[in-house]
Amino acid sequence: MDYKQIKEAKKQWSDNTLKKILDRFPERKDKFVTGSNKEVKGLYDPLDLENINYLEDIGYPGDYPYTRGVQPTMYRGRLWTMRQYAGFGDAEESNRRYKYLLKNGQTGLSIAFDLPTQIGYDSDHSMSHGEVGKVGVAIDSLKDMEILFEGIPLEKVSTSMTINAPAAVLLAMYIAVAEKQGVSADKLNGTIQNDILKEYIARGTYIFPPLPSMRLITDIFDYCSKNLPKWNTISISGYHIREAGSTAIQEIAFTLANGIAYVDAAVKKGLDVDKFAPRLSFFFNAHNDLFEEVAKFRAARKLWAKIMKERFGAKNPKSLMLRFHTQTAGCTLTAQQPDNNIIRVTLQALAAVLGGTQSLHTNSRDEALSLPSQKSVRIALRTQQVIAHESGVTETVDPLAGSFYIEKTTREIEDAVMDYINQIDKLGGAPKAIEKGFIQKEIQNSAYDYQKDVEDKKRVVVGVNQFQSEEETMKDLLKVNPKIEKQQIKKLEEVKISRKENEVKEKLNDLKEAANSDKNVMPFILECVKSYATLGEVCDQLRDIFGEYKDSIKI
Amino acid sequence: MKKSRIRVLVAKPGLDGHDRGAKVIARALRDAGMEVIYTGLRQTPEQIIETAVQEDVDVIGLSILSGAHMYIFPKIIQMLEEKDMSDILVIAGGIIPNEDIEELKKIGIREIFTPGTDTKKIVEFIKSHVAVA
Repeated sequence: MDYKQIKEAKKQWSDNTLKKILDRFPERKDKFVTGSNKEVKGLYDPLDLENINYLEDIGYPGDYPYTRGVQPTMYRGRLWTMRQYAGFGDAEESNRRYKYLLKNGQTGLSIAFDLPTQIGYDSDHSMSHGEVGKVGVAIDSLKDMEILFEGIPLEKVSTSMTINAPAAVLLAMYIAVAEKQGVSADKLNGTIQNDILKEYIARGTYIFPPLPSMRLITDIFDYCSKNLPKWNTISISGYHIREAGSTAIQEIAFTLANGIAYVDAAVKKGLDVDKFAPRLSFFFNAHNDLFEEVAKFRAARKLWAKIMKERFGAKNPKSLMLRFHTQTAGCTLTAQQPDNNIIRVTLQALAAVLGGTQSLHTNSRDEALSLPSQKSVRIALRTQQVIAHESGVTETVDPLAGSFYIEKTTREIEDAVMDYINQIDKLGGAPKAIEKGFIQKEIQNSAYDYQKDVEDKKRVVVGVNQFQSEEETMKDLLKVNPKIEKQQIKKLEEVKISRKENEVKEKLNDLKEAANSDKNVMPFILECVKSYATLGEVCDQLRDIFGEYKDSIKI
Repeated sequence: MKKSRIRVLVAKPGLDGHDRGAKVIARALRDAGMEVIYTGLRQTPEQIIETAVQEDVDVIGLSILSGAHMYIFPKIIQMLEEKDMSDILVIAGGIIPNEDIEELKKIGIREIFTPGTDTKKIVEFIKSHVAVA
């Protein structure tokens, strides 16, 4: 390309055509920024791509550095998995919702657990009061898990479980249910979130301190590489980091920094990078700024490929591929004029698809008010189906590639992310940076800046700080049955009466010993759950050995 | 003796880990000149009351997004009454449906701020309900 000629033409344009207009009609704002406060120029042109080499930086889909996608045909071959995060009340009720979603064309399950389950408390624990079955399904023992998947063939569905601190326990229960259905572990498809570092940063469902938590994670990597070859052993999550208020750049930077920490831990333990890395997966947020988000996904893919290749010496192409799930941004949903959220979700979902996501959850319009109703969930799923089957964006791979703006933004995000990763490396890696509160502070600052921008009306939020209208109260909000807690406690008592107490004690003791040694704890946890030891009992054994994490917060 | 600055306890009761709102509001109140104490996550009602006593606060701001508010908020109000601490202004925020708001106001939560609330509105509310010298 003749850059000299373009530079001359640009000068001509800017001194004449542009200037003439600007003199008469100034622009709406002094400074234009992205959703993440990154400055945007009025125009991008080939000069922005001067330092971008197509073959090295962008390349072809399915080939290194995967900027354009991890599959050569992307959605022409197979659409993304439509996977709505769901679960509430007890196992029976959630089982009905899953069957409803599958019947309506959903292609994978995504299990939401209630907070006691996520924090390793049984439903009868004093900390569980008021929380049982609220933000997800309550699981106390294998019995609940059997009910949860009753009539759902586990060799045919892929199941994603949002579970972190006690991920090993829920995975063990899933393996045990499959076994009862006659499905062997090597046929199981799915994901456990299993990303503890972002729990300390942003999501809050930690149990144990970082060191033993990382050990549990590497035990899972090791166990699954031998027994569950198709299972995604972790979903390294930027989603919650973004929800906590980070920018797009921080979302990718802190997620990849966490990813580096997990790979480091596993390699130090002696695992072969190309054995476990192909099963690492990611989870990102799709926010409002369409182009910035698309560029973000592309930059993330390219960066991870480079990190795995150059930093960890991975050779298996699958180790280099960043495969990710996306959820639309819950924090952008407004309680005011909730139907407008359908439009926000559509734009965000479009960004995820244009960014090459492997699976997608679209939020429901009423989620700033309560858990979503069945009707709202259906609209959210239909939104994905319209994008998939009517919009045409799926018919060619990475359709925005080559756009001056997209390519330049991809590069800028990449550079800014690398600056952060270098900074975190200097602090001693992600766990140390978290311990020092660096990552949390960065996110809090961004969250506060965003709030101020909204309040100063530098950012318009339709229906909130502009275009308000008389509110109509939204009807048919979902209510979780308040009797769930009592029913769940009763069910738990029944399980405890019907199981073989001696066997449970013995298995729990074996686990404790294993936790105290350097043995892999996974087989021991599996034995515990099969004996109907409860989630709380298993976690208590580990609490005894590992201790509990205490947050130290600065604001 | 009257204090010169309003003291606020921002608390996260229950198991909910969504603390973006609580932290943003803590900072906004501080920027508005108040003394702010933030509890961190997973506080029991007992712990919140204890901190409120120790820190001698004028205001308690509770934040729950997990749906456990109808169990936890009334418990805190009840404990405040038992300890003769009903003079403390209690406000709350989070994902709280309209019908619950009415009920919670009846039992003594003075105001509930849902998503989208301008932090200046919360500052004004506190200032107009707490008298300081």
